[in-house]
Amino acid sequence: MSVEITTPRFKDNAKKALADLPLQGALSKVGPGFIGKRAAAAEKLPEFDGLRDSARDIKNHTLAHLDLYLERFEAKAKAAGGHVHFAVDAADARAIVTDICQRLGARTVTKGKSMISEEIGLNDHLAAVGIEPVETDLGEYLIQIRGEAPSHIIAPAIHLNKDQVEADFRRVHAHLPPERDLSEPTSLLAEARGELRQKFLAADVGITGANFLVAETGTSIIVTNEGNGDLTQTLPKAHIVLASLEKLVPTLEDVSQILRVLARSATGQDMSVYTTFSTGPRRPDDPDGPGEYHVVILDNGRSAMLGGQLREVLRCIRCGACMNHCPVYHAVGGHAYGWVYPGPIGSVLTPALIGVEKGRNLPNASTFCGRCEEVCPMRIPLPKLMRHWREKEFERHLTPATQRFGLGVWAFFARRGWLYRPATRLAMGALSLLGRAKGRFASLPLAGGWTQHRDFPAPQGGTFQAQWRARQAERRAAPRQEASR
Amino acid sequence: MTAHTSPHGARHPRVGLFCTCLVDTIRPSVGFAAAKLLEDAGCEVNVPPQTCCGQPAFNSGDRATTRALAEEMITAFETFDYVVAPSGSCAGMIKTHYPELFTGEPDWAGRVERFCAKVFELTSFLVDVRGVTGVAAAYDGTVTYHDSCSGLRELGVKAQPRRLLASVEGLALEEMKDADTCCGFGGTFCVKYPDVSNAIVEKKAANIAATGADTLLAGDLGCLMNMAGKLQREGRAVRALHVAEVLAGMGDEPAIGEPAEKGAKR
Amino acid sequence: MSSRDTSSRDTVFASIRASLGVTSQEAPRRQAVADRLAGHPRGLVPARGQLPEAERLALFRDMVIAAAATIDHLPSAAEVPEAVAAYLRSRNLPMTILRGADARLATLPWERAPALDVWIGPSDGRQLAGLSHAFAGVAESGTVVMLSGPENPSTLNLLPDHHLVVVDAADVAGDYETVWDRIRARYGEGVLPRTVNWITGPSRSADIEQTLLLGAHGPRSLHVLLVGGPTR
Repeated sequence: MSVEITTPRFKDNAKKALADLPLQGALSKVGPGFIGKRAAAAEKLPEFDGLRDSARDIKNHTLAHLDLYLERFEAKAKAAGGHVHFAVDAADARAIVTDICQRLGARTVTKGKSMISEEIGLNDHLAAVGIEPVETDLGEYLIQIRGEAPSHIIAPAIHLNKDQVEADFRRVHAHLPPERDLSEPTSLLAEARGELRQKFLAADVGITGANFLVAETGTSIIVTNEGNGDLTQTLPKAHIVLASLEKLVPTLEDVSQILRVLARSATGQDMSVYTTFSTGPRRPDDPDGPGEYHVVILDNGRSAMLGGQLREVLRCIRCGACMNHCPVYHAVGGHAYGWVYPGPIGSVLTPALIGVEKGRNLPNASTFCGRCEEVCPMRIPLPKLMRHWREKEFERHLTPATQRFGLGVWAFFARRGWLYRPATRLAMGALSLLGRAKGRFASLPLAGGWTQHRDFPAPQGGTFQAQWRARQAERRAAPRQEASR
Repeated sequence: MTAHTSPHGARHPRVGLFCTCLVDTIRPSVGFAAAKLLEDAGCEVNVPPQTCCGQPAFNSGDRATTRALAEEMITAFETFDYVVAPSGSCAGMIKTHYPELFTGEPDWAGRVERFCAKVFELTSFLVDVRGVTGVAAAYDGTVTYHDSCSGLRELGVKAQPRRLLASVEGLALEEMKDADTCCGFGGTFCVKYPDVSNAIVEKKAANIAATGADTLLAGDLGCLMNMAGKLQREGRAVRALHVAEVLAGMGDEPAIGEPAEKGAKR
Repeated sequence: MSSRDTSSRDTVFASIRASLGVTSQEAPRRQAVADRLAGHPRGLVPARGQLPEAERLALFRDMVIAAAATIDHLPSAAEVPEAVAAYLRSRNLPMTILRGADARLATLPWERAPALDVWIGPSDGRQLAGLSHAFAGVAESGTVVMLSGPENPSTLNLLPDHHLVVVDAADVAGDYETVWDRIRARYGEGVLPRTVNWITGPSRSADIEQTLLLGAHGPRSLHVLLVGGPTR
């Protein structure tokens, strides 16, 4: 809910997360929960990798023609009776939403899951002007009542266990009988369903995100499993869609291509339960549906990303596969990343949205194992883009002085082979002698980062290059023997 | 050095062995193991003067240094038929990333492309290029194999080392859980974010230990030093060796982090 | 549109065009966009659903079940009222169902299920069971395609605990693209009803400890009544 940025404190955040036992318990289920399901879903569809290529190409084409598709979307949405608003930044978007809510005299708004809402800090803003925002995605509801931010883009409460949820429900649903049984996830779900059902029916305005916007028809699309997004957008007087401008796709066929890789990559389902295409407000004959339909299209720095390498990030469809497969995410969870978007996609997107000064930790906190890129349905080269940020950081001298100095010393020798070879031979000879008895070091000067957690092997002594040359000299001295080997 | 000729008359391919800076400085025996495997596969092995492929600079965002080191690398090795490294990480660095370092330099474009086409990781070179199906080596033990990330994902190294290990007499392979998950090394990552790196390597060490294998093998010395260092810190009796050492019949050398005097023979 | 909206719009478009290095006047770009919108090319359609009718219906049935829904394959629409009554009885539900004004539902022989109380209209959340007629089914994922309108109010898809959906066998397509073409044939190019709802199984959530539970906010059960066509 809050958008306080703690990304510059990533190391401290990570340390706390690593020591947080309930969190570690929850995180231990992330990999097993998602990885096998995605792999099985991909395995069952022979065209899966071909669809990834298709999805990438569709988004590349759309981004290269984004202005024109946006114009078409706007025209079609208006033709269907909808309103389209453009927001330059977060403040702009918040003001547009607040104006609509206030004009309609809204007191309660229900909300479907929206990362854009998190990005612009909408809930705090609505509450400040006296409008009660109610998150209706179960995971979002759980973190809202805890005053937390999501820790995952598709499973916002993945950091919690059921005991924590039970405690929160007993605290917040104080009007319910205290002796009720909440020991099982089913009873927790039933209670949330009951509480939120009343909120759905009472809400004045429903706000959802958008997984896609379709230019051909002026349609916004949400993809959910719970049905909360549909209730949010169907029951109130007005439906407001929050979308960032890269959500656009040209046609219904195009979005069908991408939908085939979305759920499979996210949860391993062939298709999510509810894929809902909304176009304009309720029609004159419709017995239900919202009376007004607004789409707020947010830029917030994205149009600038179109101009360079980072354009590739704008293909992201927020499936979460990158974080589901990330060893760093598995270790520290989403909150450690310190802002709205965690995991590899967050490591690339965050510096673009909050600035490289504040966001620099994230693209550095990666082993470049490449698993995110391997599973990304949109084939976003995430390690390459994290490296892009490291280059920006290096160019702008934001790299910490010790690191920069170390790298400088290393580069000085590496670029001077005639110095490097004797220097390494001598250094390794000395280190080898020192470590010979034990074979390894439990601590080493200047290597505290390493030896704090693991031993460092003593070098065997000498360098390969020097020994090889010595051996070749011997071989030349005894060619006959060598030939008969 | 002149090219040898094989019994059936074909010229022995001239291979430039890029030993990698870690092998050069920490564990030269891996370089000798690689050289033996290449010679056994009918190659003429050369070790030209070399330093580093530039990966540490590349991943630190220092493109200028990387570009300079890449140029030295290419100049030193481009006359060979093949360039082989006992590391998926370094071979992957060259093969998949060198081209982008020279974008906008038309003079280099063709040269870099030709160079990258002949760069290989050791085990994949032996199996895929040289058609090696087995090695004449013995190792008495149960091993588990960690798939290092760059070799696996940039170069598709997965079946090749296992295929060669299957031919080692006396060796049994026990696969670990999540063999293809990162060990947490990540080059400078492990010292920049030591706590996170440690959390990752702890899981890896537990998965290794759970196999009951007495030996850990991998194709990258960086990952091996990380995992071996953790296993030793935890007091686990698992030896760590580069896969080339076992394939070359040098598996009885003191393992990574073992003292040189004692333990030379198990 | 307020003046703030107008100026924001101009700022956003100017920034996009600056990043793309375009003036918006280039004819080839406009043509590429117009062509794609008019031609809406299909891309890669999985072979999975490209089957003769009997196999396609069998796949639809299997995929519906795989999505944790249930399905009855009925020889004809005339069997629907009794099948609805049988479903309610088997779930120990009251013999009451709410449906939309769809003519295909209105003309069913409801007298065959005399105990069944049939109501017409949108849901206000108090009904336990709702009945809709799907526009189409999609075999490749076991999806039913619902269109909003007086015939089939959207609230029926969402609020009742049990959602029963009639799908004509003739409307079961192998893939989504075929359904889009049929919707275009009905509504015209570039036009959709207010809501097109693809539903694949009953509502669910795995937000508590990744334990998958059915019936989060939408229906706890989805029951498909597939009508007509060859059975195997």
